[in-house]
Amino acid sequence: MERPFAITLDVGSSRANHTGSWRVERPVYLDYLPPCNDACPAGENTQRWLYLAESGSYEAAWRALVEDNPFPATMGRVCFHPCETACNRVKVDEAVGINAVERFLGDVALDKGWELPRPGSAADGPARPGTASGRRVLVVGAGPGGLSAAYHLARRGHQVVVADANAEAGGMMRYGIPAYRLPREVLAAEIDRLRPLGVELQLGHVVRDLAAERRDGAYDAVYLGVGAQLARRTDIPAGDSGRVLDALSLLRAAGDGSIELGRRVAVYGGGDTAMDVARTARRLGATDPVIVYRRTRDVMPAHDEELDGAIAEGITVRWLSTIDRFEGGKLVLERMTLGPDNKPVPTGELEELEADTLVLALGESADLSLVEGLDGVQVHDGSVLVDASMMTGAAGIFAGGDVIAGSRTVTDAIGHGKAAARGIDAVLGGEVRAPATRHELASFERLNTWYYDDAPRTIRPELDRIRRQSSFDEVFGSLDETNALFEARRCLSCGNCFECDNCYGVCPDNAVIKLDGAQLDGPPQRRYVVDYDFCKGCGICAAECPCGAIEMIPELI
Amino acid sequence: MRRDLLPTDAVAAGGTPEAADTGAGTSGAIGDDPGAGRQRLRFYQVGSFAVGNRLADPSQRTVQSDATRSNSLDSGHRACQGCGEALGARYALDAAMRAAGGQLVAVNATGCLEVFSTPYPETSWRIAWLHSLFANAPAVATGVAAAMRVKGRSDVRVVAQAGDGGTVDIGFGCLSGMFERNDDVLFICYDNEAYMNTGVQRSGATPSAARTATTEAIGPDPGAPFGQGKDLPRLAMAHGIPYVATATVADLHDLEDKIERATLMRGARYVHVLVPCPLGWGTASADTIAVARLATQTGLFPVYEAKNGSVTSVSKIRRVQPVEAYLGMQKRFAHLFGTPGRPDIVARIQAIADDSIARFGLLDSHAGEPAERGAR
Amino acid sequence: MLEQIEGSRAVAKTVARCRPEVVCAYPISPQTHIIEAIGALVRSGELARCEFINVESEFAAMSVAIGASAAGARAYTATASQGLLFMIEAVYNAAGLGLPVVMTLANRAVGAPINIWNDHSDAMAVRDAGWVQLFAETNQEAADLHVQAFRLAEELSVPVMVCMDGFVLTHAFEQVDVPEQDLVDAFLPPYEPRQVLDPADPVSIGAMVGPEAFEEVRYLAHVRQLAVLEQIPVVAAEFERTFGRRSGGLVSSYRAEDAEVVVVALGSVLGTIKDTVDERREQGERIGVVGITSFRPFPREAVRQVLSAARQVVVIEKAFSIGFGGVLATDVAMALQGLPPEVVSVVAGLGGRPITTVSLRRVLQAAVNDRLPPLTFLDLDEDLVRHELERMAATRRSGPTAENLLRDLGVPSGHIG
Repeated sequence: MERPFAITLDVGSSRANHTGSWRVERPVYLDYLPPCNDACPAGENTQRWLYLAESGSYEAAWRALVEDNPFPATMGRVCFHPCETACNRVKVDEAVGINAVERFLGDVALDKGWELPRPGSAADGPARPGTASGRRVLVVGAGPGGLSAAYHLARRGHQVVVADANAEAGGMMRYGIPAYRLPREVLAAEIDRLRPLGVELQLGHVVRDLAAERRDGAYDAVYLGVGAQLARRTDIPAGDSGRVLDALSLLRAAGDGSIELGRRVAVYGGGDTAMDVARTARRLGATDPVIVYRRTRDVMPAHDEELDGAIAEGITVRWLSTIDRFEGGKLVLERMTLGPDNKPVPTGELEELEADTLVLALGESADLSLVEGLDGVQVHDGSVLVDASMMTGAAGIFAGGDVIAGSRTVTDAIGHGKAAARGIDAVLGGEVRAPATRHELASFERLNTWYYDDAPRTIRPELDRIRRQSSFDEVFGSLDETNALFEARRCLSCGNCFECDNCYGVCPDNAVIKLDGAQLDGPPQRRYVVDYDFCKGCGICAAECPCGAIEMIPELI
Repeated sequence: MRRDLLPTDAVAAGGTPEAADTGAGTSGAIGDDPGAGRQRLRFYQVGSFAVGNRLADPSQRTVQSDATRSNSLDSGHRACQGCGEALGARYALDAAMRAAGGQLVAVNATGCLEVFSTPYPETSWRIAWLHSLFANAPAVATGVAAAMRVKGRSDVRVVAQAGDGGTVDIGFGCLSGMFERNDDVLFICYDNEAYMNTGVQRSGATPSAARTATTEAIGPDPGAPFGQGKDLPRLAMAHGIPYVATATVADLHDLEDKIERATLMRGARYVHVLVPCPLGWGTASADTIAVARLATQTGLFPVYEAKNGSVTSVSKIRRVQPVEAYLGMQKRFAHLFGTPGRPDIVARIQAIADDSIARFGLLDSHAGEPAERGAR
Repeated sequence: MLEQIEGSRAVAKTVARCRPEVVCAYPISPQTHIIEAIGALVRSGELARCEFINVESEFAAMSVAIGASAAGARAYTATASQGLLFMIEAVYNAAGLGLPVVMTLANRAVGAPINIWNDHSDAMAVRDAGWVQLFAETNQEAADLHVQAFRLAEELSVPVMVCMDGFVLTHAFEQVDVPEQDLVDAFLPPYEPRQVLDPADPVSIGAMVGPEAFEEVRYLAHVRQLAVLEQIPVVAAEFERTFGRRSGGLVSSYRAEDAEVVVVALGSVLGTIKDTVDERREQGERIGVVGITSFRPFPREAVRQVLSAARQVVVIEKAFSIGFGGVLATDVAMALQGLPPEVVSVVAGLGGRPITTVSLRRVLQAAVNDRLPPLTFLDLDEDLVRHELERMAATRRSGPTAENLLRDLGVPSGHIG
């Protein structure tokens, strides 16, 4: 068609005008550290597996999860989820029920029989098929830390033997956590899943001389994860009639069904273990378990939901009380007040409490006899000292979990095991990996919360339910898939692009390119790139990014 | 065109789904608010608010989220940084293009949109596009529609577009004629509330108290006078045309939904889109969408649709805000704030917002969600 | 087939036979009968495949025509006087966009004072807009020119205005051979636009052009008008072959070959002038007549040819440029640059005042005797004007001049003409 000069123009011609030259700031996509990931002691990439779960890709989500933690079904029941405490969604409405989703994924995996990744497949480890490293590692203690270390070592191609004095694996998970919180078959199934990786479990194997074991077994390295087994005691005068147990003994015996407690049970202590004991006692027939705690609720170490769960089950607490003596079926308590620094101060006032059994839940200490006499291993204040790679002062001997200082949770131990595996691998492979640089934290202030939808009113109660059931009660059984899915979808994806297309849509200059699976020189590309030929630097993309993954950077002119 | 030959119902088979919610499931949406034809994608992480949604069924995704969208308004145009009109025009015309299956002709009035898109030798338009004059876009579009009709090209949909000056002021005569004849034209007004192309002079759509180059913030009554204003959506409704709607660049799903619905209908249709102008409003270029959102959340810009002269649905305010939140981020209202400021004028503007909220019922009657309530 | 028919209806029937696809109608005297008749033809189905649109203003009428034409439809409208001025922005725009709209201009004076009768002020107001302006002498020619107008417009992508004197032609019943449909179809091929709004081949029409190219755009428009100048005689010749009668062309010449004095005019007044010239020829005065059919583009060469032998050229025109003088005379004088004829301008027939043979005879006699000044106002009531000028000189504020003039004449305005 003959077109009139100048008056009529052809499409596409404006692309000759590169408006990028107007720009004084450029948008740049960055990945920030989500607070959930930041808070996870096990180092889980929580946001990543939530992202996968959001689309119903449960297996992919589970696979992303077990990159860091081989026990999702267990963690989904026993973890105190610091991720949820850190979750930015708290400031919008309520934290995402990460723990509930984790449990759901763990249960689905067990149900479907998904297998852990093969040896040699560690995402951040060397590519070695099977046990090609030829290196042997002894793990002492089949608790969460030891099993985590074993898992991650096996995935790095090392041959792992786990020795444990008990008849069953699991350590504190098996012997210290009541079955109503963690059904034994769930734990057993998750532990069994380690065997195909080549992890050899030597149960009933008591390690007494570590140096000899190491030498005889030709182990190149050792991970020490024996946990804290020694109950702390306090000196309570007790007559003949008073039956005094420690918490671990009770919990262990409860698992076997080999204990009679009587009707009236008192528990002395204020940690989660005290709650476990009281609730276990109730399940064993105690009608009115009482917790005796010397301070007040706001300083009690037990997690709120544990205490709330106990109270909901009819357990009472004697606050600001110590036990003076136990005699004739009676506990004599002394009233306390809180002094400076929340220290309890005796008042001299006494009162009585009827009790058949007193259970001391005052914490546990690590049995460090194994490391006594080992060259180089340093102990301080009852804990083994380790460096950043979890190695003790003795070459090739690593430690984690309750034997080292710090938080004593299952999740921490799993994180220690993973870190130690990386450290051991570095030693055995002669390769020292620099830790990945930690990205800047994705703060709440980075978010544009307008874009996050609210749950429809109809399903909110159910969501609340799954959030709340996360640790204590198996009454609800398996989670409802739809609700777990929606819970996952409440994730804000703080600081990391989740492909919402906002930047692509809101650019007035079409200067954001949606890759949409484009294949240039490799795998399909996701997310977006800025076309700096046309980006004028208005900043709308950054302002309207829901998750704050775009930063405006000044152009250097 | 003869009125009796102009059915007002949708032309395409099926039209648009009135309620797009599907049941709960791994790939569907769940929802409890089908709205009035508004597609609601509930709870897919970003629901219906973000542009895209990787979890939504493809049929429910926005045009703008599509990597193959038509980009009716191409890169390289000369709109200012953060231009709301450039954004709104692409939103609207891409949606119209999808609804019309690419069979679209656009007529453009003189104004910013025309000037920044087609300076010889470059055009940013990727669609069939015609610019004639400032005042005549509705009539030119009528002519295009007549031509298509006489040539049996009823598949070709005709859009006319103008700024607020070309719509409420100089173009109103032609627009009213197009309306009363019920010509088969979708007219889209991109309202940035003043004559921006010529340097920010007052138009009939300039809000009260706003500073423009012809209503300086000087004297006892600074800024544009308080008056009735020219509320074109309601004037359009008074013509009884099949479809009238308002929208903003802050709610893409709503805008696309309305444009698509309007594109598929026959007869005269009018969509009024609020498009903030960083230059004229004195806002940061990054805040274009944020300020449009506040216009709706204060109630100053009611978002609704009307069929055959009656309001049929309104977009409820989600997080209601006082007018200060909206006015305070715009330099054109800066004279109302500070010391001593003009709290009396702010109060009058709040009263306008309150009237609008009451007139259109912009606040939900149910108890609502505490997290959704802003300070008020 | 000859029929006794009103000029407006003859034009309407002819336009209908040109098969316009979009007709925009806004009423203004004296154009109304044309659009009424076309409207009726559309309603009756006689003119099929045509959208007849009652618009809300002349501005909209031309704008609708612009849209229709840009979308590939043959578009037509008609107007007059104030209506033309109300649409003037769109008139320029149609030409600037190169859209082959055809419009009938039922020539009428432009107010104030408001006046519905014939002169050429309206056409002159848009002579620079870029339209082809053809003037019809008779209703037959008015009808025939429309057929040629569509042909020219669409061949060269220019809008064409057919000017016919309001009332004098539009409302006159005469014998007209309305072009037959089959002949029109043979003469006028379907419209194939130079540019069109096509979703399958999108372009942007109506770009903003700055100083870097605006002059070139304008020059190219001028070149296109020059091409029209070449095409008009070709089209007229083909018209004659098809329809068997002469119509159109650039200029018409009557007894001018040996004339010492040649009268030049536009439109229907040529008939009265020819009658007067016949009468003067009988008195032995060598007077001829030249009608300008194509006022824009102006046929400079043709005018030079037909007028070069004359001693004096008397341009009788129904419009003038206030503060200067004749518009057509200026063009004619420019065309005759370097040639001997003296060009004088006689302004006549403003606002519908009859141009009588008596007055024309007086003018021609003066011309033959070399007594015509450069600018004459025919039949001007000099006493009245003198009186008003004296009044104006005496009082600073004498009130509206026009009303004073009327009062002095002692007639209400409606009786003039």
